[in-house]
Amino acid sequence: MTSEALLTWARGPGFDLALAIFVLGMLLRLFEILSLGNKPDLAEGRGSGVVGGLKTIITRNWPRGTVFAREPVRIINGYVFHLGFFIVLFFYGPHIELFQTKLGLSWPGLPTGVIDAVAVITVASLVLALVMRLTSPVLKQISSVGDYVAWAATLLPVLTGYLAYNHMLVPYTQMLALHLLSVELLLIVAPFTKLTHMFSFVLSRWYQGYQAGHRGIES
Amino acid sequence: MSAPSVEKGIQFIREQIDAPVASFFSSCVHCGLCAEACLFYGQTGEAKYTPINKVEPMRRIWEQEYTLWGKIKSSLGLSRKVTEKDFEEWETLVYDACSLCGRCSLICPVGNDISDMIRKIREGFAAAGYAPEGLIGASKRAVEIGSPMGVKLPAVKAQIAHLKKDTGLDAPLDLKGADYMVLLSSMEIMNFPEYLEAVARIMRQAGKTWTISSKAFEATNAGIQIGVSDIAAELVQRVVDAAEELGVNTVISPECGHAFTAIRWEGPNLIGRPFKFKVQHILEVLDDFRAEGLLKTEGLEEAKLTFHDPCQLVRKGGVVQQPRNLLNMVASNFVEMRDHGAMNWCCSAGGGVSANERADEVKFKAFNQKKSQLDELGVDTLVTACANCRIMLEEGIEEHEMDLPVVGLTEMIADHLVEERVEDKAEDKNE
Repeated sequence: MTSEALLTWARGPGFDLALAIFVLGMLLRLFEILSLGNKPDLAEGRGSGVVGGLKTIITRNWPRGTVFAREPVRIINGYVFHLGFFIVLFFYGPHIELFQTKLGLSWPGLPTGVIDAVAVITVASLVLALVMRLTSPVLKQISSVGDYVAWAATLLPVLTGYLAYNHMLVPYTQMLALHLLSVELLLIVAPFTKLTHMFSFVLSRWYQGYQAGHRGIES
Repeated sequence: MSAPSVEKGIQFIREQIDAPVASFFSSCVHCGLCAEACLFYGQTGEAKYTPINKVEPMRRIWEQEYTLWGKIKSSLGLSRKVTEKDFEEWETLVYDACSLCGRCSLICPVGNDISDMIRKIREGFAAAGYAPEGLIGASKRAVEIGSPMGVKLPAVKAQIAHLKKDTGLDAPLDLKGADYMVLLSSMEIMNFPEYLEAVARIMRQAGKTWTISSKAFEATNAGIQIGVSDIAAELVQRVVDAAEELGVNTVISPECGHAFTAIRWEGPNLIGRPFKFKVQHILEVLDDFRAEGLLKTEGLEEAKLTFHDPCQLVRKGGVVQQPRNLLNMVASNFVEMRDHGAMNWCCSAGGGVSANERADEVKFKAFNQKKSQLDELGVDTLVTACANCRIMLEEGIEEHEMDLPVVGLTEMIADHLVEERVEDKAEDKNE
């Protein structure tokens, strides 16, 4: 198969297949969670569970000072690769064009020089995350194969995108095909690894926040 | 109850897995920040004490039985079933090195209520027969005798008799239609009789009627700590029956942390219906009295003092501001610890740790967290509102030869009551 044929497949049927697995897989995961049910809290409440749930979905975006002081690098690094990933995904011109053809929505992008720098920072941040996972006794204790799969699946699209844009390592067409395939890998593994958190964090924050709101306690 | 077994343990853990638990495991990114919130990890540096690791057996059961991917992995022989060895290995993580303090739940970036999951996994460990002797004994005594420490009604009556003799105050038993039904913890009956006297004096000043039930005076709930919902429900039911029989308006949970969580929040869920009475912690009652002008105090403590927030009150109970309002009434030099309030550090002996002798070593190591908070402040008096915290704080302080008295807040308030005027009022009312 030539690079062109591979690219055509990755852009067409390959992408559609991966996207279908992503969507159906995530829906399945959400169904698996919600179908387990949750008993209502019979204790007389002090406040609103709904307010507490919504509030916690927002407030958990920021760390508490007491924990931030202990692990500032790990926490800042977490923001860096999340934000970096979002910026290159949503503010790179060709990505926006893709969203426009698929969704009909468009928004202004960032200069490619900025995107390029953000991609480098994101890759560096992910490498640091891996180093921490491999060296911290706590992270080693709680890590399994899935963590490394999720890590690789997150890194590859950023890395191949950067290499393709800068025409590095292999010819552009070939790297672009690899970039698309890596995106498809990410879409396929996301519902079956911890990457599920991209949606389920709303539920987990909601459940703790709802109980806290109902009970009138901090969350 | 049928004989304990690993299968039964797994079954009980399976039954605890609901949508919140599934969302928590689905969301966990293994960031390890929960370790930084945990005093057992922080003071020992042992990675196995990372909070989310304490529920790993539950995570495996969830993955293998409640997710498609987990089922596929199981059928391909790619996942390990939870075995007897896991129960053996995790028992100390689940009981000895967790005080259910809830700090980890508050810092988790994805909002996982990890301490609640540890509370839940204990159901499986208790059912499988992997629970500490101390807690098994406490639960048995609670069911059979009515108190985890084996305190019986005559001991309560003796304390009431002492109270009458020493102060002339009464603590009425089984008074129908009283405003308040007061619960006590065994520790207050055995070690801190000053609590009962303080309540009697405060109630007299506030002009409220109150009673102690001869059938349900014990507030603590060993069933919650060991993780046996049947026992927990039975203990709650006793209080509910007594309160409804006496027709009281409000049940007061004493200076104890988990007792409040047990009756206030878990209680209605354990017995499967809302209560017909209110439940308040004694500090909530006192703060209401303060707000209504029923609490008249005089004089101020001059000692530099601080308040140790019991975990179950701040993180699980939402009682944060009340002790501060009350302390400011009677203290001129009240200072706050670092991380006070919702993020306060546990005394290290909550959640059944104090009843589990096997945990002594790790408990005293974990206490160093509290010690460092206290050392920073250099206070003369430590005030708290939980008899269990109080015992642990006293033990830890003694271990480190620190010179620091520990006082219950209710008792401190009672010491400052303006009593003469109120005595007249009370007598007028009674005559």
